[in-house]
Amino acid sequence: MTTDVAVRTEARFSAPQYAICLAGIIWREGLRFLHQRERFISALVRPLVWLFIFAAGFRQVLGVSIIPPYETYVLYEVYITPGLIAMIQLFNGMQSSLSMVYDREMGNMRTLLVSPFPRWYLLSSKLIAGTAVSLLQVYAFLFIAWFWEIEPPPIGYLTVIPALVLTGLMLGALGMLISSVITQLENFAGVMNFVIFPMFFASSALYPLWRVQEGSPFLYYVCQANPFTHATELIRFALYGQINWISLAVVCGCTAVFMVGAILAYDPARGLLARRGDRGGPA
Amino acid sequence: MHGPTPPPALTVEGVSYAYGSRPALADVTFTIAPKTFAVLLGLNGAGKTTLFSLITRLFATHSGQIRIFGHDVARTPGDALRLVGVVFQSRTLDLDLSVMQNLIYHAALHGIGRREARRRADELLTQIALADRAKDKVRNLSGGQMRRVEIARALLHRPRLLVLDEPTVGLDVQSRADILTHMRALVAREGASVLWATHLIDEVAPGDDVVVLHKGRVLAHGPVARVIADTGASDIRGAFARLTKISLADTADEAA
Repeated sequence: MTTDVAVRTEARFSAPQYAICLAGIIWREGLRFLHQRERFISALVRPLVWLFIFAAGFRQVLGVSIIPPYETYVLYEVYITPGLIAMIQLFNGMQSSLSMVYDREMGNMRTLLVSPFPRWYLLSSKLIAGTAVSLLQVYAFLFIAWFWEIEPPPIGYLTVIPALVLTGLMLGALGMLISSVITQLENFAGVMNFVIFPMFFASSALYPLWRVQEGSPFLYYVCQANPFTHATELIRFALYGQINWISLAVVCGCTAVFMVGAILAYDPARGLLARRGDRGGPA
Repeated sequence: MHGPTPPPALTVEGVSYAYGSRPALADVTFTIAPKTFAVLLGLNGAGKTTLFSLITRLFATHSGQIRIFGHDVARTPGDALRLVGVVFQSRTLDLDLSVMQNLIYHAALHGIGRREARRRADELLTQIALADRAKDKVRNLSGGQMRRVEIARALLHRPRLLVLDEPTVGLDVQSRADILTHMRALVAREGASVLWATHLIDEVAPGDDVVVLHKGRVLAHGPVARVIADTGASDIRGAFARLTKISLADTADEAA
């Protein structure tokens, strides 16, 4: 069996084996999602609270004029739906990456990273799996919202898929990046305060940007620079069978930057993981 | 470069590591021959977990080199990692998933398809007497059973080197003995190598190799009998005591 060659390389992984790896990661993420019913319910209740309570209260206060992609006046509920979809994905992205690191789940990240597949492939697979789960959440939300008279054109349910895949990847990659580089935010509450809320409120999710501009030109520019605004707009247009090219470009660009950042951050040579491991990893 | 002999299962060469300014490993060097059961013996805080994180490439080796059957962990991590099975000190099974689901997931991470994974898992679970628990959630297993599942998981991709970090922590005497027996049988039967980290001296058997790690330094390594003879002690416990005491005394004059 053993030859006299010191470094003996066995056959590399084949393409089907790469597929097995990806399928396995998605399968596990799906199983976890099904087993953690609280997570699913809270992922669903959060946007529904906004839709049923917040939007109902605000529909008289905030009139929304006709802006693309809408062709008629729309109810406030209809206006905030894309933003709430993006919020579902934002929470999901943060949760799946952060819980991995902050909870006892650190172990799961280790199991993943000692796999012999290239690390970029493992992390990308993880992101794809998280995005798949967020799609399930979004469609569950859209289903319930339909009874609340949020009725985008039927074709919109299809055209929104590519947009959701992109925004899911972007927000998941952002969560992964944050989980690797920020050591001060020790728990999810910290991330809520410093990442999720600012991103959500300083965006076009709850109010059209032209109204923001009337109130505060400075905030308007902040919102324009916020990737979450573009995630929301990409979903909004796609839900009506249209493409917002600027948002598409921004989302694609941010996805690439966040993904490269996350992969670099989890590169052992950068030592970010090691620094974290020192703080609490090996219990 | 290439000798006529097969490469060692594990080569650790001049490895140092520090967390910021706090050194954890200092110039650690040892090798483990193929088909060997090697015990990495050290007290808590000796640097065992750090060494494991370097071997499994969770951390990058900044100085020195680690090779697994000749594959440099830093340069060809894929080739190195596929020859290694790992059992971490902290529990890493997914508690909400069943035993079989955990094993299938791990197999996928090594490119092993579902049918083959199931076949191997059945085989391994039978060996560790847990075949009837395959469908149970991991959460419902005892600590010792979880450990056995983790070991089975580490063996799924048929690694030639198995590294285990304090695998018997928190287990009762019987479970500890069972797992040790199982691992030694594995070395004998399959010709795999094992690096077994522990702080429990009584887990060292006369036929093992031992690496004594203390405060980040290797104080002795080799077959147990030789380490005992070199220190002039009567048993491994005595040898360990002498070695670690020497290291405390010699900081003043002569460093190893």
